[in-house]
Amino acid sequence: MQYLIRELSIKEGFIMSTNSTIDQLDLNPNQQKPDTLTRIFFRKFFKNKLAVVGAIILLVIILMAIFAPLLAPYNHEVVNMKEKLKPPSSEYLLGTDRFGRDIFSRLLFGGRISLLVAFGSVAGALIIGTTIGALAGYYGGILDAILMRFVDIVISIPSLFLLITVVTIFNPGWDKLIIIFALTSWTSTARLVRGEFLSLRSREFVLASRTIGTRASKIIFSHILPNAMGPIIVAATLLVGGVILSEAALSYLGLGIQPPTPSWGNMLQDAQSITILIKAPWYPFFPGLLILITVLCFNFVGDGLRDALDPKGD
Amino acid sequence: MISYIIRRTLMAIPLLLGISILSFAIIQLAPGDPTTLMMDPTLKPSDQAKFREKYGLDDPIPKQYVVWLGKMVQGDFGTSIIERGVPVSEMIMARLPNTLLLMGVSTILAILVAVPLGIFSAMRPYTIRDYTVTVGSFLGVATPNFWLGIMMIYFFGVILKWFPTGGVATLNAPFSLWDRIHHLIMPAFVLAAADMAALTRYTRSSMLDVLQQDYIRTAKSKGFKENKVVLKHGLRNGLIPIITIFGLMIPSFISGAAITENVFSWPGLGRLFIEAAFTRDYPVIMALTVISAVFVVIGNLLADILYAIFDPRIEY
Repeated sequence: MQYLIRELSIKEGFIMSTNSTIDQLDLNPNQQKPDTLTRIFFRKFFKNKLAVVGAIILLVIILMAIFAPLLAPYNHEVVNMKEKLKPPSSEYLLGTDRFGRDIFSRLLFGGRISLLVAFGSVAGALIIGTTIGALAGYYGGILDAILMRFVDIVISIPSLFLLITVVTIFNPGWDKLIIIFALTSWTSTARLVRGEFLSLRSREFVLASRTIGTRASKIIFSHILPNAMGPIIVAATLLVGGVILSEAALSYLGLGIQPPTPSWGNMLQDAQSITILIKAPWYPFFPGLLILITVLCFNFVGDGLRDALDPKGD
Repeated sequence: MISYIIRRTLMAIPLLLGISILSFAIIQLAPGDPTTLMMDPTLKPSDQAKFREKYGLDDPIPKQYVVWLGKMVQGDFGTSIIERGVPVSEMIMARLPNTLLLMGVSTILAILVAVPLGIFSAMRPYTIRDYTVTVGSFLGVATPNFWLGIMMIYFFGVILKWFPTGGVATLNAPFSLWDRIHHLIMPAFVLAAADMAALTRYTRSSMLDVLQQDYIRTAKSKGFKENKVVLKHGLRNGLIPIITIFGLMIPSFISGAAITENVFSWPGLGRLFIEAAFTRDYPVIMALTVISAVFVVIGNLLADILYAIFDPRIEY
C-alpha cells in the first residue's frame, strides 16, 4: 500500500509538473534556464501580433476608463443646450450629444460602466458556471444528468429574451444588471468545465489524491481546477466581449443602463431617431466604433491565449 | 435511422417541459400576478373574488402551472394586458410571417456568403486572401449588429438613398414584390452579418481540416481538377460539422433578429417583444419567450437529424 501511494504520488507530481511548473522536478540543476510553462506561454503569446496589439489597446481603454475623472475635458453629465449636436472639433474632440454633453467625456465614463458590468458579469458567470460544471463533471451520474439538463433548458432560451424578461420584472440598476448577466451567461462555462473535469477526473493524480483520502472539495479546487484553467481563461476572455455586446444591445433598446448614466450602449439610443442621425452622424458612430474595437480586441486576446495555453501546438 | 429520429424527437419533450417550468417560475417572480393587472381596480371586493376564482388565481401554483401549460399547448396564450382582450396568439400570428421572412432570408444569405468564402479561404490558407477573409470575419463577429444597422441606415438610406430606412413595405402603396425586397435587403444583411462571419470561420477551419486528409491527396494525385476535388470530395465532409455549429447559433440568431427588427422598425415578433417589455405586457413577454425557446429546440432537433442523415459514418 505504501509503495502504491508513493508511486502514485510520483506520477501525480510528474503530471502536475507538466501543467504547472517544472521547477519541483528539475533534476538537472546545471541546466541554465528551464523552459517553464510561463515562459513558453509568453513566447507563444508574443508571437501572435494581433493578440499583443489587442492586449495593448485593451490596456489603454481600461486605463482611460479608470482615470476618466482626470482625463475627461468636460463634465459628462452637465446639460448645455447651446452646444448641442456640435460636430467633432478641437473644442469637442468627438462632438457633443443631444444635450450638449461632450461625447468623448461620456465615452470615458460610459467605459467605466460598460467594462465594470462586463467584468463583473463574467466573474459571476465563471463562479456559477465553474461550480456547476465541476460538480457535474466530478461526481457524474444522476447529479451530472440533472445539472446538464438544467443547462440545456437555460441555453435553449435565447439570451436576449431571458435577459429582457428578467429585466422587466426587476427594473435593475447597473449593480443588479451584473447579477442578471451572470445568471444568464454561465451556461457555456459550465459545459466547458464539465468536459474538462470529465477528462481529468480519471487521471492518475486525481486517483492518487482520492486514494490518500483527500477531501472532494480539495481535489476539485486544488487539484483538478488548476489544470482546467487554460480553457476557462480563454472562454472568459471571449465571454467579456459577448457581455459587452449584450449590454450594449440591451442599453440601446432602453432596457439596460438608464440615462443619464452613460454606457456605450445607451449612448446609441438617440440614434433611433432619424432626425438626429441626419444632423449628427458622428454621434452614434463613435460609441459603436469603441464597442467594436473593444470586443475585437477581447476576441484577438482570447484567440492568442488559446494558442498560448494549448500545450500541443507550437 | 427512423428510430433515432423518433428517439431524438421524444428527447425534446422533457426539454420543452423544463423550459415551460423555468419561464413560469421566472414570471411568478413578477410583482403582482399578470392577471391581477388586467383586473379593473374599481371592482367590488366580491366581484374581485369572482374574478380571481374565474382565472384560478387562488389555486396552488402547481395547479396554475398545469392549467397554463394545458392552454398553451392548445395555442391559447391568454390575452394582452395592454390591448385589452386581444388574444396574444392573434398578435403573434399577425407578426409571425414578417419574422419568418426576415430570418429565412437572412439564413440563406448567411450560408450563401459564408460557405463559399470559407472554402475560398481554406483553399489557399495563410495567403493574403485568407487573411482578408479572416480579418473580415473577426470584424463581423465583433460588430454590434444594431450599430451596423444604424450606420447602414445612415449611409445607404440617408446619404445614398438606395434603400428605405425601415418598415416592411412603403406605406399606403399597392403590394409590389420589388418594394418588399427593397425593404428586406438591409435588415436581412444586418441580421446575417454576425452569423455570416462566424460561419465563415467555422467553414474555413472545417474545410482546412478536410483538405489535409489522405483521400483528398489521393483524388488530387489521380489528376482531378482542384475545384472538383474541393467541391465534390471535400465539401461534402467539410460541411457536416457546420450543421452542428449552425444548430448552436440559433439562439443568438433569434436574439439578433429581435434587435434587428427594432433597428429597422420591422413589425415582427422581436419588435412585439420589445414593445411588450416596455409596457410590461407579461402574457406577451411570456408567450414570446417560450416560443423563442421552442424555435431553438426545433432548430437543434433539425440540426441533429440532418447530421444523422448527412454523416453515415455514425450509427445510432
